[in-house]
Amino acid sequence: MLGTSNVLGFPILSTIASIPLLGALFIMFFIKKEDEELIRRASLATSILTFFASLILVFKFLRGTPDFQFVEKLTWIKSLGVSYFVGIDGMSLLLIILATVITFIGILSSWTAITQRVKEYYIFMLLLEVGMLGVFISLDVFLFYVFWEIMLVPMYFLIGIWGGERRLYAAIKFFLYTLCGSVLMLLGILTIYYQAGAQLGHYTFNMLEWYTVSIPQNTQWWVFLAFFVGFAVKVPMFPFHTWLPDAHVQAPTAGSVILAGVLLKMGTYGFARISMPLLPWATVKFVPFMVVLAIIGIIYGSLVAMVQKDMKKLVAYSSVAHLGFVMLGLYALNAQGITGGILQMINHGISTSGLFLCVGIIYERRHTRMISEFGGLSKQMPVFAVFYAIMTMSSLGLPGLNGFIGEFLILVGAFKANWMYAAWATTGIILGAGYLLWLFQRVMFGPLDNPKNEKLPDLSVREIFVMLPLVVWAFWIGLYPKPFIEILEPSVNHLVERINPPPQNVFRVGGVNMNAGTVYSVNAGSGHWSTGHGGGHGATSGGHGAEAGSSAVEHGAETTVPHGGGSHGGSH
Amino acid sequence: MLAYIWLIPLFPLLAFLANGFFGRKFIKHNAHAVSIVAILGSALFSTVAFIAVVRGATLHHNVYTWVFAGEFQASIGFQVDALTATMLMIVSIVATCVHIYSIGYMHGDDSYYRYFTYLSLFCFSMYMLVLANNYLMLYVFWEGVGLCSYLLIGFWFTNPAPPAAGKKAFLANRVGDFGFGLGVMMIFATLGTLDYSTVMANVPLISTSTATLITLLLFLGATGKSAQIPLYVWLPDAGEGPTPCSALIHAATMVTAGLYMIARSSALFNAAPFTLTLIATIGAMTALMAASIALVMKDIKKVLMYSTISQLGYMFLGLGSGNYTSGIFHLMTHAFFKALLFLGAGSVIHGMSGERNMFVMGGLKKHMPTTWWTMFAACVAIAGIPPFSGFWSKDEILASAFKSGNYIPWAMGCIAAFMTAFYMFRLLFLTFYGESRVDEHHMHHLHESPATMTRPMIFLAILALISGGVGISWPLENGFIHKFLGSVLANQHHGSLPVTLEFGLMGFSVLIAVAGILVAYLMYIKKSVSPEKVAGAMGPFYKLALNKYYVDEVYNFIFIRGLVLGGGKFLWDFDAIVLDGIVNGIRHLTIFIGNFSWNFDIWIVDGIVNGVREVILFVSYLSALVDGNIVDGLVNAVADGIGYLGKGYRKVQTGFVQNYMLIMALGFFVIIGAYFVIL
Repeated sequence: MLGTSNVLGFPILSTIASIPLLGALFIMFFIKKEDEELIRRASLATSILTFFASLILVFKFLRGTPDFQFVEKLTWIKSLGVSYFVGIDGMSLLLIILATVITFIGILSSWTAITQRVKEYYIFMLLLEVGMLGVFISLDVFLFYVFWEIMLVPMYFLIGIWGGERRLYAAIKFFLYTLCGSVLMLLGILTIYYQAGAQLGHYTFNMLEWYTVSIPQNTQWWVFLAFFVGFAVKVPMFPFHTWLPDAHVQAPTAGSVILAGVLLKMGTYGFARISMPLLPWATVKFVPFMVVLAIIGIIYGSLVAMVQKDMKKLVAYSSVAHLGFVMLGLYALNAQGITGGILQMINHGISTSGLFLCVGIIYERRHTRMISEFGGLSKQMPVFAVFYAIMTMSSLGLPGLNGFIGEFLILVGAFKANWMYAAWATTGIILGAGYLLWLFQRVMFGPLDNPKNEKLPDLSVREIFVMLPLVVWAFWIGLYPKPFIEILEPSVNHLVERINPPPQNVFRVGGVNMNAGTVYSVNAGSGHWSTGHGGGHGATSGGHGAEAGSSAVEHGAETTVPHGGGSHGGSH
Repeated sequence: MLAYIWLIPLFPLLAFLANGFFGRKFIKHNAHAVSIVAILGSALFSTVAFIAVVRGATLHHNVYTWVFAGEFQASIGFQVDALTATMLMIVSIVATCVHIYSIGYMHGDDSYYRYFTYLSLFCFSMYMLVLANNYLMLYVFWEGVGLCSYLLIGFWFTNPAPPAAGKKAFLANRVGDFGFGLGVMMIFATLGTLDYSTVMANVPLISTSTATLITLLLFLGATGKSAQIPLYVWLPDAGEGPTPCSALIHAATMVTAGLYMIARSSALFNAAPFTLTLIATIGAMTALMAASIALVMKDIKKVLMYSTISQLGYMFLGLGSGNYTSGIFHLMTHAFFKALLFLGAGSVIHGMSGERNMFVMGGLKKHMPTTWWTMFAACVAIAGIPPFSGFWSKDEILASAFKSGNYIPWAMGCIAAFMTAFYMFRLLFLTFYGESRVDEHHMHHLHESPATMTRPMIFLAILALISGGVGISWPLENGFIHKFLGSVLANQHHGSLPVTLEFGLMGFSVLIAVAGILVAYLMYIKKSVSPEKVAGAMGPFYKLALNKYYVDEVYNFIFIRGLVLGGGKFLWDFDAIVLDGIVNGIRHLTIFIGNFSWNFDIWIVDGIVNGVREVILFVSYLSALVDGNIVDGLVNAVADGIGYLGKGYRKVQTGFVQNYMLIMALGFFVIIGAYFVIL
């Protein structure tokens, strides 16, 4: 079983999650609803405080272990085995930071956009943050489910109250879709609850204890499908994606930002946190199914994005494609794919939120999102053009920016799993450049021929500060992703070991070899190239430690592991 | 010894940041100073590095681990060897010339600072590209130079054409990158590393089929970046950008990245003979096809763009023939004379206030003497007139093609050489010679370009004339550049031809070049041959070439309109009709079932309930009726009957025993009587 620890000896996670809750309560009871400026400032202050509190996690987080940290555990409903059990690993840490940053940006971006029912709006924003953080810190599945459902409610109201003309349709569609998914997910959870209870001898919702249970294959098969629907709706994977464009188009800008930035990650997080480790057999079994859906999502989302007339809808469909990449990475079932997949969750949060903000900035000025209404804005809004261009490039995976790192690792992982996966998915990269550049060209370039656009003001200082964190983060991951990958590495390796997929990579010279089956020795004395990736884990953390100055040959040798150097599942 | 190498990309990076952040508000029209100081710094250190490499120094240094996961890792790191040093020199020389030239050319542009910002970013990316020590980093800056190309092509974004051309360039390159990316992944999947030196050292472990697949994928990337069939379509449109950047990016440096990559991987490509043959064939086909289009273009820049595609085709022919050095040699000479041609064309366009159509020029020689003679130098260099640079490098490529047995590509190369000489001198004659066809308005502004523009041209003209010297030697192919690059390029040696044949081929190519020039002379100076008549005689071929073989139209129809937009529209409809249809269907079904249930409730269940009620009521009614009339009646009747009987019997109840006895006897007899009657 995975270990747990709390180096701080202080309930830091609960503190972080309760700051926005307290902020919301404070606004609710102590600020009059006419005091709009104060409400904005209070919620902004709350979100900043939450962000800084979440930074403590980054500094105190122990690298190099897959164990859960900052753990708190209190009994809640004893008879059912429910406890208030929270803790994080590398994957949840990054998503928590993402959630706190995106909430801050969402609140700051709403400053002038939201003028109706301001008090309720910011209360809902803060409650949404509580729900998101709750999902990412829960280690008790019951608690997880509670937060999962709680999160739906503020989002529903954000779309339903502050949305566009068809907001009710969109809100109800969103709610029904995700609710249907949740019901199936609950069925899956209960199945495992009884299954695990029978095996453990006591009934519990403790996720870490569930990890130790081996569930019969037959059950795994069904539970996988139940979880699949629950999470796939959220991701959203083809063919459960049609709620997304409606929800995005109708939601207010900040709603879209949070929806794209964080809420969509709930689905992929669910796969990585619950479905994959609990159901390793079914995970391997369903790889072709999942990958095909992911690739369909990539190509489908891109092609549909290509023909959109509404900027926001275009970005919404691009999310379908990007999340397809994340799923492809996760189900490549190797260190590259999963690292890339998780990193791409963050990257998508950065770049797509950025694009939604850009659309929102234009929308606030012109109250239209139709692409045909624009053209030549670069002349009028040069600063905006720079930010928008950076976000476009980040989203289409230009090297040097964040998107590339995620996409490339995903594709490397997919290539190792099956080169056809990578070949199909790579077409999505061509298409991605197509729709994003075409959009940019139509909106920003060409003559400024619509008289309504002649007086558009460039970005205000506030808007620059909305965009700046995303730009900085995009470059940081793009140029120096090491800190992020390091945080993820132990959790990812642990996950790969748990699933223990069959050997991949038919191309590898030596071992499983497409050539002649001869085992070659590359670099004398260093042993053979490892075939599976199970063996590689132990050595890799040492491998990238050696940086400057190592000659190529040494470099190669360090990544080379003799056969049997790593033992599959030895840590269980 | 080469520890300062990081300074070379650092200078332009700093210039980029300075101009990017402060250009619009503060630096403004001094942006060139920042960028030029930077590029001079880079050029200086490039020269120092070049000299060090000539003396035998090399460098392989990882700066930091960039991306890693599991056993995958890639670094940001530098590698300096003869190939890098050669590229550094080419980039530095052309970039410096272009920077200085741009002062004059871009003078007065609204976005002067932006131009130099992009230019510095490009130089940074290009230096990093050639300094990279692994495939991932190569890929990164491969895309980086692509981005700069995108930005510079679309530089004048207020017109609709430049941004569209920029996007086209980016997308065509993305298609190539599809292959390049997969190739890089496959190298990793096969060898577990992306480091050049490790990959090359382990090439013997790879089977031919794997090597072929990898190299084909890499070559697809090269066809995008270096504008070969089938992905060359973006380069002609790239002329929408400012002309000096065309000289730097789309003639001398970026478009050669594909060649650089293949030369860098020469050992790997040697392991894949099929790919090499394909490269030679594609190169020759591109050389011929692009040259044939260049014959008929009217736009001076379009001629040069197609000429570039054609010349790049030659370089690929050289690589595909296994003589990597010849490809790089031609890359170098071409960088000088083609950059010069673009700068010259830019000077003409500058003088003509933006006019590009050669048919409204003519007689510019006396107005622009320096531009004329430098372009003339470039033309003799590219046409392959000995002893100028293009002759040596092109001839070596053709000889290599011949020696390696690629006879058909060789023949195509020869035909293209004829065309090259023709279209270059056609350009020269139409622009600078003959009667002036310039209208009043343009004539008024016509002037020789300022010294900032002509000096770099003069410098390049000298190089265009003499730079072939680095490859001249006896015996052949043993010059400085051959020895220098031979240490890092895995050239295949196909033996040497008999001296007479060697000289025969050389003489033949000179003959071809002279013939091309002569035909151009007859058509455009002497006018003894009418171009229209020739065009008419060529018939459909002329029309095809004039319309660029309709490749754009076909691509547009099949890929853009058909697959992408058509597919997108179809899938969107699929979303709206099928998927939402299902969701809505489920909704409607739910509503229907609800309604149905409701109706069922109302009509059936309630009906049954009501029916039962009715039945019960009816029954009750009946019962009531029956109760009232029948049951009650019966009861009453019985009662009445009994009462009536009672009344009758009362009379019988006399109280006298005798009467009772009589009745009993009567009864007895009745029963006995009945008994007998019935039985």
